[in-house]
Amino acid sequence: MSHHTTPNKTFWTPANILTAVILAIGLALTVKRFTMGIGSVTNLTDDNPWGIWIGFDLLCGVALAAGGYTTSAAVYLFGMKKYHSAVRPAITTAFLGYAFVVFALLYDLGRYYRLPYPLTIYPGPTSFLFEVGLCVALYLTVLAIEFSPALWETLRWKKLRFWAHSLTLVLTIFGVVLSTLHQSSLGGLYLLAPSKLHPLWYSPYLTLFFFLSSIPAGLSMVIFEGGLSHKFLHHKMDETHIKEAPGVTLGFAKAAAVVLFAYFNLKWIGVALDNNWHHLATGWGTWFLVEMFGFVLVPCLMYAVAAREQNQKLAFYASIVTVLGIVLNRLNISLVAFNWQLPSELRYVPSWEEIMITVFIVTLEITVLRICLNKLPILHEHPEFKGAH
Amino acid sequence: MKRRKFIGMLAGAGACLAASSATAGGTHHFKGYPESFGVLFDSTKCIGCRKCEAACNKVNELPAQPVPFDDLTVLDKRRRTHHDTFTVVNKYEIGNKPVYRKQQCNHCLEPACASACFVGAFVKDKTGAVSHDASKCVGCRYCMIACPFEVPTYEYHDPITPRVRKCTMCQPRIEEGKLPGCVEDCPKGALVFGRREDLLNIARERIRKHPNVYIDHIYGEREMGGTSWMYISGVPFEKIGMREDLGITPAPELTSGALSIVPAIVGLWPVFLTGAYALTKRRDKIAEEEQHHAVAEAVAEAQGEAAKKAKAAMDKAEREKQSAIDREVKKALKEAEEARLKAETPADPSEQ
Amino acid sequence: MEFMTLHDFMFWTKGMAYVGMGVGLVAFVAFWLFVSERDVDKFADTEEE
Repeated sequence: MSHHTTPNKTFWTPANILTAVILAIGLALTVKRFTMGIGSVTNLTDDNPWGIWIGFDLLCGVALAAGGYTTSAAVYLFGMKKYHSAVRPAITTAFLGYAFVVFALLYDLGRYYRLPYPLTIYPGPTSFLFEVGLCVALYLTVLAIEFSPALWETLRWKKLRFWAHSLTLVLTIFGVVLSTLHQSSLGGLYLLAPSKLHPLWYSPYLTLFFFLSSIPAGLSMVIFEGGLSHKFLHHKMDETHIKEAPGVTLGFAKAAAVVLFAYFNLKWIGVALDNNWHHLATGWGTWFLVEMFGFVLVPCLMYAVAAREQNQKLAFYASIVTVLGIVLNRLNISLVAFNWQLPSELRYVPSWEEIMITVFIVTLEITVLRICLNKLPILHEHPEFKGAH
Repeated sequence: MKRRKFIGMLAGAGACLAASSATAGGTHHFKGYPESFGVLFDSTKCIGCRKCEAACNKVNELPAQPVPFDDLTVLDKRRRTHHDTFTVVNKYEIGNKPVYRKQQCNHCLEPACASACFVGAFVKDKTGAVSHDASKCVGCRYCMIACPFEVPTYEYHDPITPRVRKCTMCQPRIEEGKLPGCVEDCPKGALVFGRREDLLNIARERIRKHPNVYIDHIYGEREMGGTSWMYISGVPFEKIGMREDLGITPAPELTSGALSIVPAIVGLWPVFLTGAYALTKRRDKIAEEEQHHAVAEAVAEAQGEAAKKAKAAMDKAEREKQSAIDREVKKALKEAEEARLKAETPADPSEQ
Repeated sequence: MEFMTLHDFMFWTKGMAYVGMGVGLVAFVAFWLFVSERDVDKFADTEEE
């Protein structure tokens, strides 16, 4: 990591020490989970079978990894070639995001070693979870191939690199199809539970809401990570990246504003279709309004102003609010408004060990991402392959 | 559905599609297995003796419970089923009178758990039982999310082979011609086993005969599309811990619409996206061509200009040359004339 | 083939739909290549350069 690039500095920076501590605790809890069972580290019960490992690691993980398909579609399909330099960082984050979603899933699945069952010997096509599993597996493959040129370039395996590259168009289209499907299918999971999910969040539009909101989620992650790498990895960025970054930020801000606007409107149509207006007057209604106005309309307007006034800083802040809003929405659906009718003593609150394992997985992901950004031609072009894409 | 069946689907696709046309229509209606069994629970007859719990524990070979089954103090606390208890009886004080309600899997006609399961581990059998095949289970626990009656439970403390556990309606015993364990041991006849159709008639008969004892509702007749295990009661069901807001939509119907959009997306997105790509490509190409054209025109114009200039220069040069020649010729002619005049002048007088 | 429950019906039909999707996707790629193979500029095959 950093000691390679800056040999005069010590490896044990505060950030790296924190990372090491989290990884150590995480490893210990991993051992506990896999030797003593899910129940030994989680607060999951027979009433609350899904906790933050599904609500955050899976639902938020997938939504926030949507930057991959949104960026590659914008660049390769909708002709926004001027954002080309944003593709590789977005694909890299998406690839790692999905890889770690699958990794996190191994903690949550009772018989993790049977993960391939639904896709191989026992398909259950009536389930939205089957749809999710199929698409995530295929999309992870697509992302791996899309990500691979960065690796082949570093290894100078030119043939593989050009083979992977020649598939760009097909992979991009497949990626959009698969993403549309599994992003929406994650919402579809909850269609089966109208009696458990609060009516303000339950809607026949759940699939549409999940897909639609994944677009600003992905765009915001690209803007957010772009802002961060601009700050911390500036030395790794080449001329093109630095030159194109403002265009990417403002272009994506505009797109995110428009999609958030549509999402905001459709959410109200969802309320209208089920005639759920009376719920707005309750405590749940207040919480729904907080989500809708504070975390959908506010970032929408922030993005709109940022795009109008060419204000990159505002776009960066808007991306943070949007990401928080998506996380809030997914947690509301999977945990907060789920089982809302249960008495409070039966409700789920995550254990510290559960939270710690999630923190561990996120830290691991960030660490791998840092290594990739530092070691691979992602924020800059490989000198031997300049302009070859 | 068995794996063999799924592979069979792939093999005989065309032939089977034709054969299934009778059931494929949008108006088709599924009535469930005819003659399938069920159980009717009559809460007015239940005395909360926990004999059914004991029987269930025995026939399913479940682990021994910390509190013996003849200890009725546990009834004071609200309980639910767990991985080691497939059925529990709860007591509700209604008007200072205890009302008991037995809880176990309701064996839905259209089970939500089966609809949710992504490996098809749940099967609704012709006996009426919904059974779970642990040899397929991956342990995602989506069945527990989906079940509106909160029936499936999980062995959270088993690290290697945790199972989803729930009442089996004693399907193996039914197939042997025996009664489910709980029904067999009920001393008060609060549980009646029989064909679902017959049970519905028995329930209707009881309600008709004793309208002041029962409320006019057979719970499970229509809830979530109907269940094999049904209830009648003297008090509203919501008072004995049963939700009356579940609706009558069978679980698979909740997702079938949204699931049909999936193939539509797979069919349409590639077309639209390839179209978008082609349009972008075409736009780029037109832009490129226009640029090319503009350049060519500019070049042509420049060339034309140059040629004109060159021609003008040539013309000018020509003209200049011509005039020079003319001038020279004129000059020569003039000189010649002068010379002639000069020569002629002396000759003239001599001729005269 | 007769289905007793909506679930069985869906298990069959949705299974068929997935098979159809797989076949359709592969066929679409092949078909697109077939349609645009003889294009003068061959824009299906050339990648963004």
